Amino acid sequence: MAESAGYVAASAIRYNDDVVKKFVIATMFWGIVGMAVGVFIAAELAWPSLNFWPPYLNFGRIRPVHTSAVIFAFGGSALLGTSFHVVQRTCRARLFGGTALANFIFWGYQFFIVMAALSYVLGFSKSREYAEPEWHLDVWLVIVWVAYLIAFTGTVLRRTEPHIYVANWFYLSFIITIAMLVIVNNLAIPVSIYAAKSYSVFSGAQDALVQWWYGHNAVGFFLTVPFLGMMYYFIPKAANRPIYSYRLSIVHFWSLIFIYIWAGPHHLHWTALPDWTQTVGEAFSVMLWMPSWGGMINGLMTLSGAWDKLRTDPGLRFSVTSVGFYGMATFEGPVMSVRTVNALSHYTDWGIGHVHSGSLGWVAMISFGAIYYLVPNLWGRSGLYSHRLAAWHYWISTLGIVLYISAMWVAGIMEGLMWRAYDTQGFLQYSFIESINAVHPLFIIRWLGGVFFLAGILIMAYNLIMTVRSPRTAARATDISGLPLPAVGD
Amino acid sequence: MAFRHETLEKNVILLLVLSLLVVTIGGMVEIIPQFFVENTIEHVKGVRPYSPLELAGRNIYIREGCYLCHSQQIRALRDEIERYGHYSLAAESMYDHPFQWGSKRIGPDLARVGGKYSNDWHYAHLRNPQSMVPESLMPRYAFLDETPLSYDRIADDLRTNIAVGVPYTKDDIANAIADVESEANPDADHAALLKRYPKAVVVSKTGPYISEMDALVAYLQMLGTLVDFADTSEEKLDR
Repeated sequence: MAESAGYVAASAIRYNDDVVKKFVIATMFWGIVGMAVGVFIAAELAWPSLNFWPPYLNFGRIRPVHTSAVIFAFGGSALLGTSFHVVQRTCRARLFGGTALANFIFWGYQFFIVMAALSYVLGFSKSREYAEPEWHLDVWLVIVWVAYLIAFTGTVLRRTEPHIYVANWFYLSFIITIAMLVIVNNLAIPVSIYAAKSYSVFSGAQDALVQWWYGHNAVGFFLTVPFLGMMYYFIPKAANRPIYSYRLSIVHFWSLIFIYIWAGPHHLHWTALPDWTQTVGEAFSVMLWMPSWGGMINGLMTLSGAWDKLRTDPGLRFSVTSVGFYGMATFEGPVMSVRTVNALSHYTDWGIGHVHSGSLGWVAMISFGAIYYLVPNLWGRSGLYSHRLAAWHYWISTLGIVLYISAMWVAGIMEGLMWRAYDTQGFLQYSFIESINAVHPLFIIRWLGGVFFLAGILIMAYNLIMTVRSPRTAARATDISGLPLPAVGD
Repeated sequence: MAFRHETLEKNVILLLVLSLLVVTIGGMVEIIPQFFVENTIEHVKGVRPYSPLELAGRNIYIREGCYLCHSQQIRALRDEIERYGHYSLAAESMYDHPFQWGSKRIGPDLARVGGKYSNDWHYAHLRNPQSMVPESLMPRYAFLDETPLSYDRIADDLRTNIAVGVPYTKDDIANAIADVESEANPDADHAALLKRYPKAVVVSKTGPYISEMDALVAYLQMLGTLVDFADTSEEKLDR
């Protein structure tokens, strides 16, 4: 497929690396902000007197700042940045739309994030989880998103490679599906064109289903599908190995996106949502285990014959660990979606723990792996400033995740059991507040886990700044070729 | 002619369209029937649109992110029914734009908190939750007491609710401001208010103006009280 003549041609293309660099910096900035806010709200739950500046710092207003900052600001910047890097390299084409479109997408997206965070603190919210911004910000986001779709698809259209590389399938599905989800879930009628307040066009049970169709697929198509695209590019690149199975990547892609969309109703088990919908959601959630693990296997097996690189490449260590956490979280999810388990786990901190094993272990760690790879490449440095610091980052964040998720498992199962405990006379044994008292020590451990994870990203930021400030060298040899090696069976 | 995946790998528009089609199926099969299947929402008596003061209180509940710690959805599980009351019906949130079922309980479920405590308890609890429940994690909402409720345009909110399907009448719109003032004044004549909004709870306003806290208490005090379960047969709830 790729011959030496191709490499010569590729080096003549001037990629738009400027926008990728901007997104990398934004990813680090929002990662620190979002995780710091997370640590703060975790502290509020451990020590409620920290709600000391009402209403602005009250938990209810700050929690959406944390979720939006880590999902859309940190995760989103990582996705937009890596997708622009990957699509240009794998298509051997400069980003479509020129620097103007790229800059519009970057600044337009950052503007959305800043306005969203400010609006929550000032008391504007639609109260739809992970879709809290009011209608005027939603309109703005859709405009930016359409520009993103045009830039990405346009680049694929002008590619000089015959095939569209697998990572791009995942990014494409992410862009188009998120557009669908955001538009439908945020359908609302504003009180007036001058007012921020709007009322959802859906109500009650239907509204709940639309919201969790969105909410679960925000996990599916924002936090999973495009990060798998990241996996399909950066792991083969860093390991310098082809993807384990081309056929598996096809099966994995189509089955994952088809099944994921059905899983939303498992957020509404035992509620007033019709039983048939709950059953369908539960069945597809269990099925989802298979394509998820198909992707995990494809990612991990790509390391065949290159496992020794885990000792020398700190970025790859993050990437591979993240795929491990992905496998764990995508096993836990189907288990929790079974109604019998869900009766215990829902409304408890088990859900919070599950989300964080996915978001810290998978989303954040695969992003760290990609950024450790990207920074020396984009800024033309021979390698990272310090492998030792990267190793510290790895271990401190892994320890942070373990503290976080084990504390939440124990807290969640304890809450679930206490809420349903009966005494010998057949009365409910505990008042609600007793369950809150019981988990207090675990809330402190969870906060500590968050502190560890935040310390890790601060170490990373320092390491990356020092890398960029180190003397410039030629680009790394591996970057001459844009494409990873062709997959086996290709 | 056999289909080859290679075709999709060489045509980005085809790939885009097909991947969009694949992800629309699940949503359509699950969501669209909710609007057409007759027994999605139970046919029970008593559920009515929110009174203007309750609606204003509900908007404060949304603004402050109360749903992040309090669910409003009692699941059909024995312990939940014993702790919180009859399991929630779809009908009980049929006028909720948006729904407030929640997803996490850092505090107790509020689906049937209406009437469970006195107005005075709610005022004291919102000002300083720890004064009522010493170990509570809830932030203080005393500022709601000090903030006058902005209700001069509340009729616009009712009109917007009509646009999304809530059956407010012309009479409701015309009397929106009067109803706010009536529900927040214990000494007023409440006959007209209660005719339009049966079971509305008049709040024990304490300050010189109608505060945001008055509205929030009015909302909390009606939650889950509209359906009379003694008068509702099991067949009606069976879906």
